[in-house]
Order: sequence, then structure tokens, then C-alpha cells
Amino acid sequence: MLKYVIKRVLMGVVALFLVATITFFLMNLVPGGPFEFEKAVNPAARAALEAKYGLDKPLLEQFKNYLSHALSGDFGPSIKQRGREVNDIILTKFAVSARLCGITVIVALVIGIPLGCIAAVRRGKWLDNLIRVFATLGIAIPGFVLCTVCLYFFCISLNLTWLLPLGLATPASYILPVFSLAFYPTSYIARMMRSTMLDTLGQDYVRTAKSKGVANSSVLFKHALRNAILPIVTYLGPMMAFMMTGNFVVEQVYVIPGLGKEFISSIMNRDYTMIMGTTIFLAAILITLNVLVDIAYKIIDPRITLN
Amino acid sequence: MGIYLLDIRSEKLSFFTQAGEVKALDDVTLRMREGEILGIVGESGSGKSVTAYSLMGLTAHPGKLIGGSIEFNGHRIDQMSEKEIRKVRGKEISIIFQDPMTSLNPVYTIGNQIREVIRLHTGKSRAEANAHAHELLTMVGINEPERRLKQYPHELSGGMRQRVMIAIALACEPKLLIADEPTTALDVTIQAQIIELMIDLKKKLDMAIILITHDLGVVASICETIAVMYAGKVVEYGTVDEIFYEPAHEYTRGLLNCIPKLDDKDRTRLVPIEGVPVDMLNPPIGCPFAPRCNSCMKICLTRVPPETVLSSTHYSFCWLQKKMEFEEGAAV
Repeated sequence: MLKYVIKRVLMGVVALFLVATITFFLMNLVPGGPFEFEKAVNPAARAALEAKYGLDKPLLEQFKNYLSHALSGDFGPSIKQRGREVNDIILTKFAVSARLCGITVIVALVIGIPLGCIAAVRRGKWLDNLIRVFATLGIAIPGFVLCTVCLYFFCISLNLTWLLPLGLATPASYILPVFSLAFYPTSYIARMMRSTMLDTLGQDYVRTAKSKGVANSSVLFKHALRNAILPIVTYLGPMMAFMMTGNFVVEQVYVIPGLGKEFISSIMNRDYTMIMGTTIFLAAILITLNVLVDIAYKIIDPRITLN
Repeated sequence: MGIYLLDIRSEKLSFFTQAGEVKALDDVTLRMREGEILGIVGESGSGKSVTAYSLMGLTAHPGKLIGGSIEFNGHRIDQMSEKEIRKVRGKEISIIFQDPMTSLNPVYTIGNQIREVIRLHTGKSRAEANAHAHELLTMVGINEPERRLKQYPHELSGGMRQRVMIAIALACEPKLLIADEPTTALDVTIQAQIIELMIDLKKKLDMAIILITHDLGVVASICETIAVMYAGKVVEYGTVDEIFYEPAHEYTRGLLNCIPKLDDKDRTRLVPIEGVPVDMLNPPIGCPFAPRCNSCMKICLTRVPPETVLSSTHYSFCWLQKKMEFEEGAAV
């Protein structure tokens, strides 16, 4: 196990290096730069700015400088947000995003898994059909539609101002963002759970459990669930990655100071140090999540060997 | 309580599929005494396993018991609630399944799976259950039981897994053990070992056994009575000697003709049963075996044959027997 983790960490470092390299050169290939404004800038001032951030040096040297700083944990100052370090920005924004995503993941699992199980056990009955209709809706409705409709309906039509999620200051302010963020993954998990559970309930060992006189709930939650849940665990990795980066829309609509919004705006602004910082940070999180998912695999199913 | 441990009377069980009703069991009547070994033989889809599962209330969706009665040890299984029948499963009636490779839960240890059944039906603590599981593994001939209890199914061979299944089935000393083709998925030497183990344990624990199998050789060597099933009906029932020496149904005869004889000097060919099994969605109106029968008569195609009682332990459902009975009667 330890050997495996070490191996995966080393592979992760290589992956991060590749991510950094590709992002760095792609970013510089994109037309424009941090000091391209609509109005023409004084060439002398611009040269001074570029010199200050080292952008006047050859690309390879810039990359070398960046890497040596990044390796010591310093992602440099933000080019566009004057006077702020990339490290500080990422950490403050990440704290907001991580809390929101964490709650969303828990909500999606706690609601999605039981719904899928119920649908599987009651297959073909009205409850199953109802769950399937909602799950299909959840997958079909785009996030921005859901967000704006929620905002309009609850906060404007019903005038429930305490639900307004501005800045996520109160517990109630989490309700709408979590709902909008969790609707898709909950639906996806419920659908996936239903199909893997149906498959598992037809397995011989489930029949064995029943033949031993095990109660139905125990057959479902002890014998079947642990076997049926692996695909959900697989989905957890990409799902969290999607939430970290792809919750841009939710953050935009609800005015949440999260990392997703920061990620997009840094690209729009050509804030080179921010682009590099957020990309490497998110990649590192993704890699860590994937290692954790693999370890969870091994814990859930003893047949899986890690190597 | 009657004299029988198990008394099934005209059991009717159908699967209600989208294509229509499949009469998996049509008027099955079977009886068993305590400690008896009954063999149920017949081809795939004849209803052997469905009969066995219905005894434990394990009929799979969309199957439904629609008629008849099942009495076990003086209690009506077919009238029990789900809660009552759970107390029978694993305690009074146990089952060993065909494929030991898939019948154990892959994510729990052997010990966990044996302890589960013990703790469900007895008030034993975890430690007591573990000690009992240890004994059981020794009883079914598994070496190093201490280590095995901590292992997962995938770490054991097929033969060992089937021994574990037997240990689970016998954990609460059931009155009836159902063995649903217990050796089909195993290789030949392991098959012999498992059968030997079952006979051995039967002597020790004195339970009744229903052995469901395709293997007439195994049936002949260990069973006392045999039920031959075809298309959801018991077409012939008798003691081993009666079935093997005086078969009274054309299907039974056909089955016996398929067994190679070791002492056969004439190098006679084995005779297969021609034709295909019955389409259970559209069963024939008369005798279900009529389309494949070499001695088929006109009446066989239009009317279901009635029971012919040949001895107190032997009966069959064949028009040919009725004809012979009539001719003998006319001759007297």
C-alpha cells in the first residue's frame, strides 16, 4: 500500500510538471497579454511593467525562473490583482470552494445513493418511475438555467431574501448554491446506483444471503451496497474535479467568491501567474483525489490489488 | 403434524413475464420423510430449482405461487409471512448453490459470512460464533480454519468455496438440506469429494437432503427416492430401484438410455432424446413430452395423462402405463 502511494505521488509530480509545461507555453501562445488594454499603453511604461514581472526575458528563461520559484512553493505575485500573492488568493478562494463542494458532495451521496437503491428495489413501480423522471430532469437541465430559475423564483418571486446566497455568510445562504450544484450529481448517482444495484441484486451471493435468512434491509445495505457502490466511487473523483473548476456558473450567478470564478477570470485577464497557480493547484487536487479514490477501492473490494 | 417432513401438494407456480405466463411448476406433488435423500432429476428448465427455491420462499421476481400447498415440518410454508419464513431459511432449511465461485459475497471474509448465519439464528456472541465457525470448517474438511476464517472468497479454490457453502448451510443443523447441482461447476475429482462429504455429514447430522442434479450416476449412488421432472411436472416418482429397473415413463427411459454402461460389450450407441425441450410459453395441450416421445399415441397429444400408481412408492404420469393397466385388466 505504502509503496503504491509513493509510486503514485512520484507519478503525480511528473504529471504536474507536464501540466505546468503545457499550460505555460499554451498560455503564451494565446494572443494578448496582461498589459494589453483597449486603450494603447505608453510603450515605456509597458516595457517597465514587463521587466518588473520578468516578461521581457526569453520564454524558456521565464519558464525556468517560474519553475524554480514554484518548486519552493512560491507562485509569485498576481499580475492583475495588485499587491496580492497568488498563494494567498488561491487559499482564501479555495476555502470557500472546498466548503461548498464538500457539502455538495455529501448531499449528493446522501440523497443519490438511497434514491438509487429505492428505485432498484421498487423497479417498475411508481416510486421507481418518479425517481427516474427526476433523475433524468436533473441530468438534462443545464446548471445556469437551474441557478437563474432558483434565484428568480425563491429570491424574487417569493421574496425570500434570507435565501440570498451573497457571499455565503449565513448557513441559509448555502441552500440555493448547494441545491443547484448537487442536482446534477445527485441525479447521476441515483441513476447509476439504480442500474448497478439492479445488477448486484441479481447476483448469486445476494440469493445466498437471502437463503441464510438475512433480513431484506441487511441484504440490501450489507451484501449488495458494498458491491454496487464501486462505480459511484469511481465517479467521485471526476465529480469533485468538475465542481472545483466547473462551478463557475454557480459562483457567477450567486456571487460566490470561489476558485472556479477566479480560474476563469484569470484566463480572461491573461493574469499569467494566476493561470499557472490555479491550474497547478487544481491539477494537484485532482491527482490527490484520484489516489484517494484508488485507496477507497482497495478498502471496499478486497479483490482489487494496487500496483 | 403428518408423517412427512415435507409435503408438497399440487404446487402451481408461474412467472408472469412480458411475453406471457410461464407455468414453471404445474401440479407438482412431492413428499419426503425425515432423513430421506430425494433426488430431483430433469433437464434445464424443467422446474427442479424453482421447486427447491419455492420451499424457502425464494421465488425470484416475477414468479408467483398460484396454487397448491407446501407443508414443512407441520407448518405451511406457502402461508408464512416474510418474517416467519426468514426464521426457516438457513435454520430449518438450507441450500447449497450450483456455483461456489459466485455464491459467496466477494467483499466479506469467510468468517464474517459463516458467523452471520450463526448469529442470525442463535443467540451466540461474536466469539462463540467464531468458535462454532472454526468447528464447522474443520467438519467440512478445510485445513487451517483459523487462517481461512480471515480470508476472502477469492483466495480460496472452487472446491474449498463449496465446502464453505456447505459449512454455512449446516451451521444451524437444518432438518432439510437442498443441494442445487452442488457439483456441476466443479471438476470431477472435487465432485467426488464433495458428494462424499455430503454423505458423511448426512450420517453425522441426520438431515433430509434434496439433491438436484443432471448426474444420474450420483443419484443412483446416494439417493433413496427419485423424482423425474419434465416441463414443470413430476412425471415419475419412485425409489431408486424402481426408477432404474422399472422406469414407467418414456422420458425416464430416455434419460436412462443416455447413460453409458461400463460393462457394455456390444458397443451399443447411446440413444439421445430427440427434439428440443418444451417452449414453456406455449406448452403442448396434452402430455408435455408427447412431441419427443417415441411411443406417442393420439391421446397423448390432446389430453394430460393421469396418475398411474404402480406401487406405494412409485407413480408416473404416462398414457402408456394407463393403456397397459387397462390391457392387464381386460386380460384378467
